[in-house]
Amino acid sequence: MAESFLIKSEPLKYKESDLKTEEMIINLGPQHPSTHGVLRLEVVTDGEIVVDVVPHMGYLHRCFEKHAESLAFNQTIPYTDRMDYVAAMNNEWAFVMGVEQMLGIDKEIPKRIEYIRVLVAELNRIASHFIAIGTFGMDIGAITPFLWMMRDREHILRMLEWASGARMLYNYIWVGGLFYDLPVGFEERAKEFVDYLKPKLKDSETLLVNNKIFIERTASIGVLPADLAINYGINGPMLRGSGLKFDLRKIDGYSVYPEIDFDIPVGTGKVGTVGDCWDRNWVRYEECWQSIKIIEQCVEKLLGEHKRTKEFDPRALVPKKIRPKAQDFYVRAENPKGELGFFFRTDGRADQPLRCKARSPSFSNLSVIADISKGCMLADLFAILGSMDLNMGEVDR
Amino acid sequence: MKEEELTIGELKSGEGGIIVSKLDDLLNWARLSSLWPVGFGLACCAIEFMSTASSAYDLDRFGIIPRNSPRQADVMIVSGTVTFKMADRVKRLYEQMAEPKYVISMGSCANCGGPYWEHGYHVVKGVDRVIPVDVYVPGCPPRPEALIGGFLKLQEKIRTKSVLRPKALEKLMSKDAV
Amino acid sequence: MQFEEIKSLIEKELPEAILGEDLDSTPTTLIIKPDSIYQLCSFLHLNENTYFDSLSCLTGLDNGEEKNSMEVIYNLYSIPFDMHLMLRVVLDRNNPLINSVSEIWKTADWHEREAYDLLGIYFNNHPDLRRILLPNDWKGYPLRKDYVEPEKYHDVKVKY
Repeated sequence: MAESFLIKSEPLKYKESDLKTEEMIINLGPQHPSTHGVLRLEVVTDGEIVVDVVPHMGYLHRCFEKHAESLAFNQTIPYTDRMDYVAAMNNEWAFVMGVEQMLGIDKEIPKRIEYIRVLVAELNRIASHFIAIGTFGMDIGAITPFLWMMRDREHILRMLEWASGARMLYNYIWVGGLFYDLPVGFEERAKEFVDYLKPKLKDSETLLVNNKIFIERTASIGVLPADLAINYGINGPMLRGSGLKFDLRKIDGYSVYPEIDFDIPVGTGKVGTVGDCWDRNWVRYEECWQSIKIIEQCVEKLLGEHKRTKEFDPRALVPKKIRPKAQDFYVRAENPKGELGFFFRTDGRADQPLRCKARSPSFSNLSVIADISKGCMLADLFAILGSMDLNMGEVDR
Repeated sequence: MKEEELTIGELKSGEGGIIVSKLDDLLNWARLSSLWPVGFGLACCAIEFMSTASSAYDLDRFGIIPRNSPRQADVMIVSGTVTFKMADRVKRLYEQMAEPKYVISMGSCANCGGPYWEHGYHVVKGVDRVIPVDVYVPGCPPRPEALIGGFLKLQEKIRTKSVLRPKALEKLMSKDAV
Repeated sequence: MQFEEIKSLIEKELPEAILGEDLDSTPTTLIIKPDSIYQLCSFLHLNENTYFDSLSCLTGLDNGEEKNSMEVIYNLYSIPFDMHLMLRVVLDRNNPLINSVSEIWKTADWHEREAYDLLGIYFNNHPDLRRILLPNDWKGYPLRKDYVEPEKYHDVKVKY
């Protein structure tokens, strides 16, 4: 109204619709805090609208594949920790699982060890999702959820430190067993922690996930259709956010997951379109509840059926020399970010593989960014980036 | 002196309103109590830096607040593995910071290449090959306590600095400086 | 669908494509003629009995100077049929050149760039073949068996 009054009394010479905007290139990163590490984005913008995004990575290329070729299998486990450093347990488990299957000892692993593996991996999954949800909030301007999430994540880190001796990069799961049995009282502590976490998780739902401002910023933004996601090889919460019920824990049914009861949350477009940023975040949030469910069942088994005995030695099956027969092998596991795969080529004569390739979920997840962010506003680009839950250590390896 | 002749300020504190100190001490005190690091993370150590800065360890209580621009920062935390592709960027960020500036090298990778020292063809074996480092914090990754310890070490170092720097001047005058 | 059925299906469609098979590997492998990889992949991608709709992994591999060969390994996965297949292509090490499959699966785009970056395998018809992880002025391909680290990069010593 005010505008028309102004324009009537002092008319402009030009019309706004006749103005031309120039495209320009904006360089984001590799130091920008919203890129979750050292990702560099070359963004072509037309005014505020994103025309194209070209990701540049490799700023954290730490030569994982060279190390895997040069070091023995058990020496490589710490390097897998450092790939996706917020979910180290899941990484080393995938690697160890591959080596065990190549050696043919995966069926002999005692149930207690498998349950402990599931327990620590799910704890770490919650920790990873907390980082994802917290930093997503921070990316689009909410700092409190981040502080809350980090507070609760600290409990998980301290528990895992109790078990393994390290806060973040554990080297806890070994080929054929574990570094050490769980410390006495860990199961009870896990139960206590779960009881502590439940109300906190409820709180964060009201604080962030169902917050109106958060919904306004994320609903119907960065919509990723399921077919595009499959074509790009996207897995994990990103694919489930697009509405496909695809979880390797159910499909491959590795370890003791078939014995455990849990659901796969998928995006339903509750507040917007299926496959938008909100859906991806919501899937992660719901997966925390499922992980809690899994942890409760594990603790029950570890206190009952497979309880601690004096004779139990988690290192009993650890092979002295790890030398699988000559073969090509591809193994995959469900990580907090998606499918982590390892391709091995062994020759049967050396303690190292001839070639070990890590197929990391973040690498594939990132590759879709140009397609889903074309035409969005520049500020939404960060919502999309945050909802992807990238980890540059894993993208660059 | 009669009581009525005293000024108001003197009456309030009960003593003189002047603190006598060296300029060095004043500057050092100001610098060490508000160390603002550049907020950028490189690798795993960045997550531990985030832990340190957030609720559980609360780095703010030392006056340490991450700034997103190097122009506003005093200290740079190299938190994680420096690769060759990143090394040029790290150097550039360092050059953009205003003097006086300090560098904390956090974690084994930044100190010496860490676990990547042998086969890591793309890893710089120590960030001190690129920029000068004041404090090294060991660990892979260092615990938040260790990082806070690094900050306290840096504060100690700043406390002994002098504006005049007689030794540096001597070196300059004798033309031995490189 | 079993491995044998897939094999006979391919033999019917592209009779000269298969050079051999490797049953020891997991999942089982078909060795493919380098020239026919694109046709074969698009056939497997579109055929309603196989429908390999996702490419899990693409690996480049160097066998060293003795064998004088390089390999590219494709891990296909079909989500609706829950079916795995591994394809292997052997290339000449002096001239590693193969058709890109990035038109079929977008996953292949970056994975091929990575294989080019680290091993120096060239992909025909790739939309954007340049280094992805290493800087553009990096010399050599680090995952080749005969790779020697450079002495210096941008005046920084490389060796420990």
